[in-house]
Order: sequence, then structure tokens, then C-alpha cells
Amino acid sequence: MIIAKNISKHFGKLVALDSINITCNAGECIALIGPNGSEKTTFIKSILGLVVPDSGDILFNNKTISKNWMYRSQIGYMPQIGRYPDNMTIGQLIKMMKDIRRENKNNIDEELLYSFQLDKMLDKRMRTLSGGTRQKVSALFAFLFNAEVLILDEPTAGLDPLAAEILREKIIKEKQKGKLVLITSHVLSELDDIVTQIIYIQDGKLIFHKDIEVLRTETGEQKLSKAIANVMAKTLINE
Amino acid sequence: MNKVIKYVVIDILRSKIVLAYTFILFIISFSVFSLEDNTAKGLLSLLNLVLFIVPLVSIIFSTIYVYNSSEFIELLLSQPLRRKQIWLSLFYGLSASLSLAFLIGAGVPLLIYEPTVTGLIMAIVGSLLSVIFVAIALLAAVSSRDKAKGIGVSILLWLYFALIFDGLILFLLFQFSDYPLEKPMMVISGFNPIDLSRIVILLRLDVSALMGYTGAVFKDFFGTNVGFVTALSVLVLWVIVPLKLSLAKFKRKDL
Amino acid sequence: MCLRIILISFFLILFFHQGSNATQINVGKQFSIHSIQKAIHQSSNGDTIIVNSGIYFEHNLIVDKSIKMIGINYPVLDGEHKYEVVSIKSSFVTFSGFKIQHSGYGTLIDPAGIKIYDAHKVTISDNIIDDTFFGIYTQNGKNCVIKNNQLRSYGKQEQEIGNGIHCWKCDSMQIIGNTVSGHRDGIYFEFVTNSIIWRNISTDNIRYGLHFMFSNKDSYITNLFRNNGAGVAVMFTTGVKMFNNTFEENWGDAAFGLLLKEISDSYIINNKFRKNTVGIYMEGASRCEMQKNIFESNGWAIKIQASCMDVTVTKNNFFGNTFDVGTNGTLVLNSFNSNYWDKYEGYDINEDNIGDVPYRPISMFSVIIEQNPPAMILFRSIMVSLLDKTEKIIPTLTPENLKDETPLMKSLSL
Repeated sequence: MIIAKNISKHFGKLVALDSINITCNAGECIALIGPNGSEKTTFIKSILGLVVPDSGDILFNNKTISKNWMYRSQIGYMPQIGRYPDNMTIGQLIKMMKDIRRENKNNIDEELLYSFQLDKMLDKRMRTLSGGTRQKVSALFAFLFNAEVLILDEPTAGLDPLAAEILREKIIKEKQKGKLVLITSHVLSELDDIVTQIIYIQDGKLIFHKDIEVLRTETGEQKLSKAIANVMAKTLINE
Repeated sequence: MNKVIKYVVIDILRSKIVLAYTFILFIISFSVFSLEDNTAKGLLSLLNLVLFIVPLVSIIFSTIYVYNSSEFIELLLSQPLRRKQIWLSLFYGLSASLSLAFLIGAGVPLLIYEPTVTGLIMAIVGSLLSVIFVAIALLAAVSSRDKAKGIGVSILLWLYFALIFDGLILFLLFQFSDYPLEKPMMVISGFNPIDLSRIVILLRLDVSALMGYTGAVFKDFFGTNVGFVTALSVLVLWVIVPLKLSLAKFKRKDL
Repeated sequence: MCLRIILISFFLILFFHQGSNATQINVGKQFSIHSIQKAIHQSSNGDTIIVNSGIYFEHNLIVDKSIKMIGINYPVLDGEHKYEVVSIKSSFVTFSGFKIQHSGYGTLIDPAGIKIYDAHKVTISDNIIDDTFFGIYTQNGKNCVIKNNQLRSYGKQEQEIGNGIHCWKCDSMQIIGNTVSGHRDGIYFEFVTNSIIWRNISTDNIRYGLHFMFSNKDSYITNLFRNNGAGVAVMFTTGVKMFNNTFEENWGDAAFGLLLKEISDSYIINNKFRKNTVGIYMEGASRCEMQKNIFESNGWAIKIQASCMDVTVTKNNFFGNTFDVGTNGTLVLNSFNSNYWDKYEGYDINEDNIGDVPYRPISMFSVIIEQNPPAMILFRSIMVSLLDKTEKIIPTLTPENLKDETPLMKSLSL
């Protein structure tokens, strides 16, 4: 569904992405992991067209995304820090998003609105919201249009355990519908039972992209965090 | 495209700063006209307002707005929207709000007290200046990621157009005082929208006689319809060029 | 005393002598004489000719006897655009109550509505003079009175029209209460001495409202000069007294309220200068006193060139002028004292109504544009107002000694 072909990106002297080739298929739930500052977010932003790669190409459903914008109607994106126009209320923001994505009008999924109980605070202005509530709003928008691809950047950061659980359930549900889910997260344990594939990025380089079962057998660890730690230790030794 | 402009305008109006700006313009304009015993003087005081406050507020407010909306822009960018559409919506939203603020705050008193062609021209030039400095602000804001730096650049640009440019002109005039500089000056004034606006309006007021031979040369050109249309076109160019440049930069910008 | 008695007796004798033989001749449709010229032929010195209303085509009417000519209900003398309408070639003529129109045009012979040739004691009063080349033209006149006439012409260009009241080589003239408009110069004096111009209104003339050259010891008092092409020009003259006149709305390139060129020993007192591009422009003026004048809403209240000396400007009011004083050099031989300047921002601690710091009436920008006229394109820019403010605090460019040491805190009641 998403194919990254040899993409590179420099910010000044810093090499953010270094010839990355990745293929993501529908029905998978892919965890994008790596140490802090490993440019996971840059990669996600490249897919969204927020960052323009210096070279290489990204294909979405076999079409290049450069100079294209309509493909984004098939993506639900939850940013790491969701900040919104201060003076708008949640209700107005939802209305605006529906207005902007009019093409998805007949396919609205408002489940999170009720499960996060956001429907009771539609009149609250964005600047009065806590970080956690903003995250809930971000999550709501990601799922609102029933998009084929979900890109979630640190989805559970800042959420209380109850909300995190609700979100996890929601992700599983959507995955089962055959959607492609891309998640970056550093809290690995939460992902254990969702994830089907792991992409590991370090210093802008793709270290590996493997099925979780393959990874488990290779390392002999059942827990995802242990398996990753194992791999990380190996790469360190190799260096 | 309209749907995004709508939300930009609603957002700007909610911030109350533009409303306060309108209100202050309104108070100043009315007091200027009611304090001065004749409207010609009121016009001159209002001219200073147009040339000083309007560009300053337009450029600073727009720059800050663009930086403060960076998350909003990011949100929009992750939606199925064209970058051009988002950027132009920002531009249209800002210019509509600020020129409307000027037209209500200063244009209405102006046309009440001076319902002549001069008053109309001043209203037009004032709104054009608002739009020009929105475009310049967009260019300044897109050029730098750092908010403080961006606002600094905006203030410097304003200083340059409001003050430094005139200083350079004065320097040139004295350096080349042996040459007839009236005609070259006409071209040079086109490089500063504030100067051009000031000259176009001054030539409409009776103080133009004070400008002597220089004024006469300017009047021979800008006083004619062709000259006036040319001046307006140059002002419109001052909107288009910075806007196009900023758009080109925004299309390649990483967020 | 003795002389006066002799003079009075002389005039009395003259009067009775003439009065005793004086006859009255009526001209008009209802009378036997239809032609004014014919009436003049029949008259003798001291007679009165009464002209009744009607329109008369007399070609060039020549008055060559000392007679009184009185028009009833403004009889019209029409020059058919060909002739000088009335030529007065005798002294002791009174000419009053006529409407004179359509004189000939031409720059070689200068035809006029009424022309006085080498005469004295001629009185021209209460006439309406309409559409003439020159209006009332006096050459070599003495002790003539031109009073309460209304002159109107319709000139479009300087070369195509003459002056309203034109005096050349005259002495002891009295120009009183006339209204002049649409001529080249409203009132023109060349080589005219000891004369007075009083209570005239000169407006909308193409060049000057009053034009004054080589005419010493004249006074002009309580006149109104408004909206003339270039205002009023007084040149190459000494001993002029200008009192209580109003100079206003002379607005345009090279327009002045009052232009003084090579003037000396003159007094400019109690005049009012309103809405002129330049209130007073002075070049080569010396020993002139300017007092108790009001300068209001002018571009420049006073432009005083460095060629002026000993001009004293005292106790005047300056209100709302764009520039108070302009000059072209750094040499200042003139004094400005005890004036009221509305731009003065000083203070008065001892409350004696005199500001404690001097006022500098020359702004930096006015010096700059004097040196470099194209700099005028920076007029009313923010930089210029900042420069002016700085200059007021730390003077660098403006002439050091051009200042009012005793500026008034309150305006004078004038």
C-alpha cells in the first residue's frame, strides 16, 4: 500500500533519512521504533507530504505522492503533539474537519467521540484543554473518516491508562477491518499484542523490517520489548 | 478553497486583536476629523496613520499569526488539501480581515468626512497597503522556522520601508544633487509601497503645491489616469511578487 | 498758513468762475443730442454732461475738456472690440456712473476701458468696466482719484489681457474701493509715487493682485487680495507702507501671498496672510519691519532669502503653517523676536508669557529642500518628521542664529 523507494532527506548537515526502502501492506499493524531522535517522525511526515524528501519516491497505492494531495483523504493521522487553533471549540473543530474532508462525508466514525466522552465537552475551547484531552481529540480525528491507513505518532503518550486502553481496543478493531496501521511508540509493552511487523530505524537508517513472529523466533523472546532489546544489543556489538 | 478561508477568518476574528485594531482606527479617525477644524488637515493626520500604523500592524500581526498557526497549518497539511490552497487561504483570510478592519475603522470615517475621490483613493490605498504587508509578512514568516527571528525580520522590513528606504533616498539625492533626479525618483519610489502610496495621496491634496517642481513632475505623471493606474498596478505587484515568492517557498517547506 | 489761504481763495475763485457759466447738456434717446461725442464738442470747460441710459457706440470717445460726465442708470459705452472706449485728455474731468464694455484688444497700443493721458485732478468713479483689455489706464497722471469702480475681465492667458487699474509715471494717485478681477494684474503701479491704494478688492487675476515697481513712498491699506495667479508683487521700491491688508488663497506653484524683491525701508503691519503657498517671499529686502501680522495655514509663512538684511519680524502670530520660515543660506542678518509660534514646545517657568527657551522657526526639512529641491518627494514621510524632531533637540543643519529668543506662550490678540 505504501512503498518508500530509496528516500533521503537532509536538514542542513544532518542526515535525517538515508536511502530508506520500505514496503507496507494493508492489513498489517506496523510498529515504527527506534531511539529518541532516530527520525521516526520525519519518516511519517514524509509519507504525509509534510516533509519533502531530497531524493527517492514514495508510492501510495502505486501512485507517487509528490504533487499529489488527494491520497491524504485515505490517511488518518494522529500527530505526536496535537495543537489546534486556540479559539475554536471542539465542536467547531469537528465541524471544520468534516467540512474540509467532505469527500468522506458518508463514512464517519464517531465512536471515539463517545468512548472518550468528548461529546460532553463540545463547547470547550481548545486552549482550555489539557494535553491528554488534546490527544483524545487528535485520536478522534485520526479515526473520524474511516481512512484506509492510520498513522499514529506516539498515540498513547499523555493519555491516562483508561483512555490508552480504549484507544488500543480501537486500533485492534480497525486493524481487523484490514487497514494498514503505522504506529510509532517508545512504550513497547503496550504494543505487544497489536503489532504484526516491526520497522526499526536508527540515525535515519533502516536497520530492519521484520514480521514479529520472525523476530520472536530469531531472538527466542516472547515479549516484544525483550526481543527488541536483544536486537539492539546485537547491532551495538556489530558496530 | 473557501472552506479554509472561512475558518481562517473566523479564527482571526475570534482573537479580538483585529477587532481592537478596528476600534482603535475608528476612534483615531473620528477624533482626527472632529478635532481638526478643516478636513484637509484631518486627511493629513490620517495619512500618517495610513503610512505608519497600517503597515506596522499588518506585518506584525500577520507574521505572529502565521507562526501561531503552525500547528493548524500542519493539521491542514495532513488533510487532503493542496499546499497552495492552504497558503492562499491564509493570505486571503489575513488580507480580508485586515483590509476590512481598515475599511471599517478608517475608511468609513474617511468617506463620511471626505466623500470625494481623494477620500476614496485614500481608502483604496490604505487597504492595498494592508494587503501588501500581509504578503510581505507571509514571505518573512515562511523564510524562517524560528518565531523570534521571523518577527525580527518583519520589524526590520517595516523599518526599512517606513524609514531606512527614505534615508537612502535622501543620501542618493545629496550624492547626485548635480543631476536632475525627479524622473529617476519616480521609478525609485515604486520600490517602496509606502512611498508610492504617500506620493499618490499627497498629489491629491492641496499641499501638493508645496512640492514645487518635484511635485509638478510627479503630478504630470501620477496626476493623469494612466499614471494613477500605473501606480495602482505597481502596488498590486507589491502584493503578487512577495506572495508568489512565499508560496514557492512554502511548497518546498518541511514542517 | 498764508499759502493755504491763498490756495483756498484760488480754488474758490476758480469754482465760482466756472460755476457761473456752467451749463448742463443732456444726452439720450429722448433728447435732441444722441451722441456723447457731439455733446462734448458743444460743451465748454466746466459744463456737465448727463448721459441717460441706453447703449452708445461712440467708437473712441475723447474727453478733451474739463467737464463733468455723469451717467444715469449706467448708460453703456460699447467699444465693439475695436476701439479704446474712453480717452481722457484733459485735466479736471469727472467721469462717473457709466458701464464701459468691449474695448479693443492689442498689445501695441494698449487700448483701455478708460485711459487718462497726461492729466491731473481727474476723478473716475462708480463705473462698471466689463470685458476690456486694460481697465482704467493712467499715464502721467497727478492727483487723480479712481474710486468705487467695478472692473471685470475674462482673460485666460497673461499675454492676452491687460491690467485692471494701471498707473504709469503718476503721482499722488488715490485708488479707493475698487473691485478688480479677471485681468492680468489687478492693480499695476510703475513709477508711481506718493499714492494710496485703499479698500480695494483684487481677486482672481491671472498674474498679480497688485504689481508694484519703482514706486516709492506709496501706501496700501485695507485691501483684499485673493486667489490671484501669483499673489502680490512689490519690487524695486523704497518706503512702502502695507497696513491691514489681507492676502489669501494664493495657492499653487510659484504663488505667493506677497513677493518682496529689492524693497527697503518699508513697513508691513497688521496684515493677514492665509492659505498661501508662501505667505511672504523676500529677496534683497532691507530695513523692513514686519509687525502684528497673522500668518495662518500657509505652506511657508515666510521665505527669507539670505540676501535680506535688517528685516525685523516682531509680534506676529503664526498658526498652522506647514513651515514657519524657510531660508537658503546660513547667514542671517535679520531678527525674529517676540512672535507667537503655534509649533513652539517650550515652557515658561516664571509665567511672564515669554518662553524660556528660544524657538527655531526653521525646520531641518525646509533647509534640506532648499539645498536639494527633489528631496521634496520625502515630504510628510516618517523619516522627515523624525529628523525634524531630532534637529529641534540638537540643531546641526539649521542656521544657528535664526531663532526667536523671546517666543510668546499665548497668541497676540490682533
